Amino acid sequence: MPALPLHEAGKYVAGAYVVFVAMILIYVVIMAIRLQRIEREVAELDELAARKEHDEDGEREKAPVP
Amino acid sequence: MQGKGLRGLSIATAAILVTALALVFFYAPLDADQGFVQKIFYLHVPMAIVALCGFIFGGICAIGFLRTRDRKWDLRSYVAIHLSLILGVGVLITGSIWARASWGHWWVWDEPTLVSFLIIFLLYACYQPLRFSIEDPDKQARYAAVFAILAGAFVPLNFLAVRLAQPLAHPRVLGASGNLPGSMELVFLVSLLGMALLFVTLWKYEMAAKETRMRLKSLRRRLLST
Repeated sequence: MPALPLHEAGKYVAGAYVVFVAMILIYVVIMAIRLQRIEREVAELDELAARKEHDEDGEREKAPVP
Repeated sequence: MQGKGLRGLSIATAAILVTALALVFFYAPLDADQGFVQKIFYLHVPMAIVALCGFIFGGICAIGFLRTRDRKWDLRSYVAIHLSLILGVGVLITGSIWARASWGHWWVWDEPTLVSFLIIFLLYACYQPLRFSIEDPDKQARYAAVFAILAGAFVPLNFLAVRLAQPLAHPRVLGASGNLPGSMELVFLVSLLGMALLFVTLWKYEMAAKETRMRLKSLRRRLLST
């Protein structure tokens, strides 16, 4: 086949590079969603640890002093 | 820790990719035969090479898992194959676009290069269903490792078979002397470096995310058990 003229070929070249960029973008978005999930889990664990500390302090206060 | 040095690596990857893009469109000469459409070559071929190397790397990590039984090797193998599959989708799509522009067809079934890549892609497309169909984590890692090693060994064999076969339409550029002029070769090598760095960066990102998740899970277990 003879070489396509620039205005014809440009569509195909742009299409190929757009596919690549779109793939990377989708991947980055998925990674960002996962990162948000990890951040949520860290916040939950932080809360859990604070609650445990609070409970332990309460128990220590309730215990009779010898 | 996989997350170490990620910032520098990300910046280097972005810089090399932007340089490669600039070289492709402003430095590389137009191909005498295909014209502007040949610019897809600088994206399609590096992506295919990195995807195939990623599959082999997945197999090597799987050997590491079977030798040490350390789950980190299994995770490395899984992430490498997962990323290579994503690149494989890109290779098939950009290859089809290029084929349509230069041969007038989206796909040519008689061409060994195209069909062999599709076979490898479909083979690895079975990896995740196989892996996640097994519930026991030890068994899952072991079976996935055996699959990754066998499939990884198939990749270079397939490559050799294609090299020995008679090409119909797909050109054999790499390894054939004089097919790629110096300026095109330079742009191709920069593109290949950019794609390889992109793979390493994304692999490290995903490894860091997965390891962080695993540590969070164990931390949660420890917090709930005390």
